[in-house]
Amino acid sequence: MSRLLSGDLPRSRALAVLLALLLVGLAAAPFLFPGTRSLNVAAKIAVFVLLAASYDLLLGYAGIVSFAHTMFFGIGGYGVAIAMARLGSGWGALAAGCLAALALSLAVALAIGLLSLRVRAIFFSMITLAVASFFQILASQLSGVTGGEDGMNVRLPEPLGSKLVAYYLVFAAALALFLVLLRVVNSPFGRVLLAIRENEFRAEAVGYRLVNYRTAANCLAAAAATAAGILYAIWLRYTGPQATLSFDIMVDLLLMVVIGGMGTMYGAAVGATVFVVAQSYLRDGMKALSGALAGVPLLPELFHPDRWLLWLGVLFVLSVYFFPFGIVGQLRARAARAGA
Amino acid sequence: MSARADWIPVALVPALALVALPFIPSGATWLTLTVAGLAMGMMIFMMAAGLTLVFGLMDVLNFAHGIFISFGAYAAASVLTRMSARLQEASLASDLSAMAPAVLAAIGLAALLGLFFERVIIRPVYGEHLKQILVTMGGLIVFEQLILVVWGPDMIPLPRPGAISGSFIVGDAAIERYRVLAVVVGVVVFVAMWLLLNRTRIGLLVRAGVENPEMVESLGYRIRRLFVGVFVAGSGLAGLGGAMWAMYQEQVNAQIGMQVLVVIFIVVIIGGLGSVGGCFVGAMLVGLLANYTGYLAPKLALGSNILLMVLVLLWRPRGLYPVGRA
Repeated sequence: MSRLLSGDLPRSRALAVLLALLLVGLAAAPFLFPGTRSLNVAAKIAVFVLLAASYDLLLGYAGIVSFAHTMFFGIGGYGVAIAMARLGSGWGALAAGCLAALALSLAVALAIGLLSLRVRAIFFSMITLAVASFFQILASQLSGVTGGEDGMNVRLPEPLGSKLVAYYLVFAAALALFLVLLRVVNSPFGRVLLAIRENEFRAEAVGYRLVNYRTAANCLAAAAATAAGILYAIWLRYTGPQATLSFDIMVDLLLMVVIGGMGTMYGAAVGATVFVVAQSYLRDGMKALSGALAGVPLLPELFHPDRWLLWLGVLFVLSVYFFPFGIVGQLRARAARAGA
Repeated sequence: MSARADWIPVALVPALALVALPFIPSGATWLTLTVAGLAMGMMIFMMAAGLTLVFGLMDVLNFAHGIFISFGAYAAASVLTRMSARLQEASLASDLSAMAPAVLAAIGLAALLGLFFERVIIRPVYGEHLKQILVTMGGLIVFEQLILVVWGPDMIPLPRPGAISGSFIVGDAAIERYRVLAVVVGVVVFVAMWLLLNRTRIGLLVRAGVENPEMVESLGYRIRRLFVGVFVAGSGLAGLGGAMWAMYQEQVNAQIGMQVLVVIFIVVIIGGLGSVGGCFVGAMLVGLLANYTGYLAPKLALGSNILLMVLVLLWRPRGLYPVGRA
């Protein structure tokens, strides 16, 4: 077990229980929570746990803020969709789409890294924002290839036509890749990333080339995000600018990683779960609250079901100030205090 | 601002206009496009100036800068829709009497918001880039949602006052009046900023603060207070730019700030982080190029500024006018 988790145990009983519940819940979701809506939520959680974990590799471990992560997510989705549309819906086309998407993501990540990570980490944030918005424009403008604003439907080879098979493929792949990412951050490479995050100058003085390590982290994270995009396209059987490329998803990702806990990997899992569940079910609660407050000025508007992001935004700002390691950090700190 | 003036980037602006000339079939079209490009550049400059100054002075990159633009736009829209009766009369005096409070409201609200932002959101995270980016992003989310709470999610159509709609006819070229107004306002703002920065004591302190904040502080000046002033002024400018941009688009929606933020970042990077002159030149280049490519190759137009940024960075990796600290 410890080997499977790369020696990075939850280190908090509450967190361990939470993660075990999440794992069991996702593994048995089709049987525990029947119904299309809850299965959709479960698959979305699986995909976003992987996506948030890959983002955490950048944000929490390498200490750089990228705004192009949904771009790689989108490249994965569009890679599969375009390959299936052009080459027919066989396994060969699926594989070709995946490989092409991965290759493109790696090339773009490498180029962005080499161009902008040399100067300053803050430069990287601005450049990724610009490049990501460029890709978004590209996807909506080249409507002949990408279907423009309407997006594209994905026709899948036969056994994946069943939602149950597709769900387990998504779940298994997301779990496997999450464990791979856990392995990466606990490897010597991950330690160097942490060292760079903690003290750039010292890490460089010891002899690690910052650009190389950060670019490698960027490429790894991009590859994992592309994989998440592929899985999401397989699950939704659709890809489009709003579903994969939009800036809203980028914001969602930031919220997931920070609220869950930066630099912990498990935080990404917890954050993604909390966020997706909130996104799917918080509206219902807020609708009730907003209805109860009807008549009071302004308050019903503040609790309008569409304003759920407002409250998560407030939570986000507060957690950056007061809980820099998020939910997971809080749980671990509590466990450490109880143990000491 | 440096000892020896570096005119090459400035020369790029007329060079770009001249290079575009042979590609555009008629001189009249070229003139229209050039004025449109300059007007767009001026508005972008107003919105971007505060961002680059704040970065240069205190090393704070405010990802929530777009919020000041949005609030400016919404404040102007609220005032103008209240005063729509006056706008019907189509005389210059009554138009101005409606526009002046709208613009003042935009500047005032954005500046107030800037003050709040500096105090509450940014102050605790000075010197920590990662947290700054995260916290300002969080501020962006929260305030964008608050706009939706206060003004509702629907797009607000914005009537443009009668006296400044319509066009001048110069030869064969039709030049929109509003664009001329935007150019005039932009030039006034730039000249005022240049004079303030280069001819006054406060400007001297700001410039010194950009170069070496510790030294200014050790000489006994309160750089924090200076910074708050610059932040508030920059936010107010962004509000003005937002109001002008909204009147240019003749509508306001909650995403307005976020939409222009990308262009603003590109301009700030092109100009060199922290350089006001570079920001101005960058804004002109981006505005002109966007209009020329929009006419010649509409599909390329939106990507043209990314291309421009890559080219500039290949030539000068730290922007047109690199500022002091790396």
